[in-house]
Amino acid sequence: MNKRFAFAVLVIVALIAMALPISAQGDVVELHITWYDDGTEGAVLRDLLDRFEAEHPNIKVVIDTVAYADLHTLLQAQVETGEAPDMARITFPARFLGNYLDLTPYVADPQYWLDNIPEAVLGSMQADAEDTGIYGYPTQFTVTGPFINVTLFEQAGVEIPADDATWEEWVAAATAVSEALSDSETTIYPVAIDRTGHRFWGPSLSRCATYINEDGTFTVDTPGFRSTAEMIIGWHNDGLMPADVWGGSAGNYVPAAPYFIGGQLVLYMSGSWQVGNFATNIGDLFDWKVIPNPSGDCGATGVPGGALTVAFADTEHPEEVGMVMDYLFSEDVIAEFYARTLFLPGHLGLIEKGVAYESNAEALNAFASMIPNLMPEAYALQYHPKGPDLNTAIRDRLSQVIAGEMTLDEAIERIQADMDALFAAASS
Amino acid sequence: MTMRRAEPRRKKRRMNELLERALFRPYAALMTLVEVVIDPIQRLIGQRRMGYFFVLPNLLVFGIFILFPMLLNFYYGFTAGNSILPQNREFVGTANLEALFNCTDFANPNTCQHDRFWRAVGNTSGFVVFQVGIMVIFALITALALNRDIRARGFFRGVFFYPVLLSPVVVALIWKWMLQPEGIFNGVLVSTGLERMDFLTDPTQARLWVIIVSVWAQMGFHTLILLAGLQSIPKELYEAAWMDGAGAWRSFRSVTLPLLMPTMVVVLVLSLIRAVQVFDQVYVLTTGGPGTATLYMVQYIFQTAFDRRDFGVAAAASLVLAVVLLFLTLFQLRLGRTSEIA
Amino acid sequence: MAEQALKGIRAFLLRRQGRKRLTAADVVTYLYLLAGVGVMFGPVVWLVMSSFKSQASLYNFPPTFFPYRQETVTLPGYAEPLALYDITFADGTTRRLAQVSRVGIAARMIDPADPEGGLLDVNLREIQDRKPVQSVFFDTTNYSGGVESFPFVNYLKNSVVVTVLATLLTLLINSMAAFGLSKYRYRGRDAIFLVMISTLMVPISVILIPAFLVITQVGWVNNLWGVIIPGAATPTGVFLLRQYMLTLPDELLESARIDGASEWRIYWQIVLPLAAPALAVLTIFSVMWRWNDFLWPLIVLNHSELFTLQVGLNAFQGALNVQWHYILAMTVLTLLPITIVFALLQRYITSGIATTGMK
Repeated sequence: MNKRFAFAVLVIVALIAMALPISAQGDVVELHITWYDDGTEGAVLRDLLDRFEAEHPNIKVVIDTVAYADLHTLLQAQVETGEAPDMARITFPARFLGNYLDLTPYVADPQYWLDNIPEAVLGSMQADAEDTGIYGYPTQFTVTGPFINVTLFEQAGVEIPADDATWEEWVAAATAVSEALSDSETTIYPVAIDRTGHRFWGPSLSRCATYINEDGTFTVDTPGFRSTAEMIIGWHNDGLMPADVWGGSAGNYVPAAPYFIGGQLVLYMSGSWQVGNFATNIGDLFDWKVIPNPSGDCGATGVPGGALTVAFADTEHPEEVGMVMDYLFSEDVIAEFYARTLFLPGHLGLIEKGVAYESNAEALNAFASMIPNLMPEAYALQYHPKGPDLNTAIRDRLSQVIAGEMTLDEAIERIQADMDALFAAASS
Repeated sequence: MTMRRAEPRRKKRRMNELLERALFRPYAALMTLVEVVIDPIQRLIGQRRMGYFFVLPNLLVFGIFILFPMLLNFYYGFTAGNSILPQNREFVGTANLEALFNCTDFANPNTCQHDRFWRAVGNTSGFVVFQVGIMVIFALITALALNRDIRARGFFRGVFFYPVLLSPVVVALIWKWMLQPEGIFNGVLVSTGLERMDFLTDPTQARLWVIIVSVWAQMGFHTLILLAGLQSIPKELYEAAWMDGAGAWRSFRSVTLPLLMPTMVVVLVLSLIRAVQVFDQVYVLTTGGPGTATLYMVQYIFQTAFDRRDFGVAAAASLVLAVVLLFLTLFQLRLGRTSEIA
Repeated sequence: MAEQALKGIRAFLLRRQGRKRLTAADVVTYLYLLAGVGVMFGPVVWLVMSSFKSQASLYNFPPTFFPYRQETVTLPGYAEPLALYDITFADGTTRRLAQVSRVGIAARMIDPADPEGGLLDVNLREIQDRKPVQSVFFDTTNYSGGVESFPFVNYLKNSVVVTVLATLLTLLINSMAAFGLSKYRYRGRDAIFLVMISTLMVPISVILIPAFLVITQVGWVNNLWGVIIPGAATPTGVFLLRQYMLTLPDELLESARIDGASEWRIYWQIVLPLAAPALAVLTIFSVMWRWNDFLWPLIVLNHSELFTLQVGLNAFQGALNVQWHYILAMTVLTLLPITIVFALLQRYITSGIATTGMK
């Protein structure tokens, strides 16, 4: 074979091989936002970004959707190695402190951002007290609270308890509903709570648990914690709660929403982000409503929370990132986002004005009305830097008690030890 | 009759030849092209040293992406901190290993500092014993059935092999869907008037189903290897045994089993290693639950590193796992030698 | 006719080599194998059936084998089709009615046979039974809805690119290494082999963090090469090929050298064709590994346009809500390509592994 011809072919093959990696080319700046979906918000965001891209043909924003269970894990590895995405929707801002992009120089009006982001949210992204940066905006505000299936109550002829009822009263009523309606083919469970320590916090705080010491460390073993833990373990032992929610996993968040959507659950302890999900997936199958958080001796609180959209400092295009963030947080756009996704607003101006929801405004307003009654301890826990770790420890250790692997005493001891080790490691 | 049969067979052979040529031509052309670059290398380093050249590409990829990370992991095992970067990690000696082995009573994980680790060790041991045992027995029965003089052997062989091709994620999702409380199994139970069962939420049942699912997914592979072993046993031996008046059971015990032993050893060791490494399928199926009933070694390491960000303890645990695997490898090499003699 | 068919079946069942009658052992064998077909295929068939059920009927309990859909009727004056129900009233009479609307336990219904008859208010608590009218229907909305957020074709393309390129690369460098390790003598050869073999059994999930660190330093995060190359140097492949090449006679190589063939020519023209059976097995293994690989691509590929099928499927498990109807449909799509390949090449794959699998 002709050697020169051979060489030419080799060069061509090599060139093709080098061109193979898919990468953005030309003048278009491609930005990536890592996202997760609870319901339809990814589609809504895409729609809003399409409009932005039409106005700015030189910027393209790609949404990379990952499973929520993997979200923080993946971001952790990327952030640590300098490979963070341009933007991301997250729920644990404390995990990446110091790695966010300060948007102050890149947004048109920093004062608008400072005026409209709640202080606690702003602070949760700042590295320390001296830090005054703006690193992201609230994608949604959430409050934990229970839902009930009204139709089931009506069919069973059980009266819905009063607004100030305790957990015991609510569960007794829900059990009466379940007993009236269950048969061999359909099990209707009285009560369920999502598999996360975050859902546990609200009921336990209402029942007088205290977690945070004066020096910022945690104390787990309080009567309120015990009575709440015993209550939830009891739901499992008595078969009141579907076993696979807390029992089906050893390390993940698991929602009980499918049971509620399927009409098999009377009382469901979850939170405001489910409204959009229920609106699309329950439709007119049955009537449901939001009820106030059940009362304990110390109050009737839910726990605040929410997702944030943040920008990361690794980005090569801070100006374009600023433009995208500015667009997404502009009042009209974020108002439309909240209205279409049925999310509670995290934008102070819109909290005041109210959001014109496309549907289910009643349920969302029920959640919004809980906000003034949230206990200060609930905020403190939510924005404590080790809050997510406490959440995980409660979740996994109580699961072990439910599975019969240890006693509640041992579990409490373990959670305390896990937390102490964490604080010790942080201080050394 | 014979004529008619020969016709398609000849056609088939011609097809195969054509196909081979179609594949070989571009292959030969490409390799000749590469020769242009490589022959000068041979002239440069000499024929004797070409061995190095051939090993080099594989060795480079292996060294950078497998060996180096392994050594780095080894180092992680002796450091503490939350950072991924080795230069930001503090050297703590054997503290991580000591913490792992900090138990007052090794029989009771609750008395250990890292109780989840010891639960994972216990669970993995149980899984390995039962999964390998059950799988090898069923693979052997299936291979014996397929080795009989049956119709449609190719079809049946394919059926048993099919799940092997499915990804762990897909396998887990398929079974999760069937085992969920409202799934087909409970549907059948309730329809026949029985009580519902907690397949994945009762600790004992969950362990059982995890084993069943992995046997389902992997059995076909080992069946094929055992079948190959069975088919390599000369027919004359059975005839001789039959002449000696041996019944089916005796000829199985005195001919099949001893001659199948080398293949059995291969199957045993391969399935043992895979069982120790059990991870992704179970991760999607039960995520280790209920409680920690199906938490196995690799998941423990993965979660300790990624969810708890305790890379030091995770790496130390992986060192323990590596020692176990090394032991199994040596075991295999030893058995391999004895089976060669046999 | 029927008699003849029966005879044919009998003959099929009873025919054995040497025209012996079917023995009890044969019957047991066939029963076992047929049960095996059920156990091995049943779960997949159930998955496929479920994937065609509408989201609402997925949660019906006990589940039905075939997917059903609610029958509807379109009546003048109503834009949307109305759902049909069989209502058994308290007095025992049954009527088929179309539901106009329903709030809580009160349904507003209309008789489709007599639309002029006006609306009927039905209190669901005062009737005996209310059954939706259903018929077998394969609902494809799970697929059409799923692919809207699950770019199947794109994921498939990535999976194919990764699988094909990684397999070719694996075959090339593994066979070169096996050749270098089996047919040459030089210092360090056995040490290299031993180091490679000792890593045979360490799962990648255990060294994920340092391996990812290396990838970031090389700059292959969000690059398909980051998935293709690291997996290519499989110790298993080297081991398998080396054991096979050891059985090839050295004289063949020597005589080629005497004829003036270069080492490279010996490799590709003599050794590789002779090692074809072992290469075929490695091809099957490599395709299986790469196609089903999950954890490593999940870590390396963060940009959705680069996701492989397995990573995409995992991303489908949403954050706070599990969308089973889509997951089922997309699982079916994910297992489809490899099932088709297997159906076409079944004989070669199974007999290949069986004959050369583990020497």
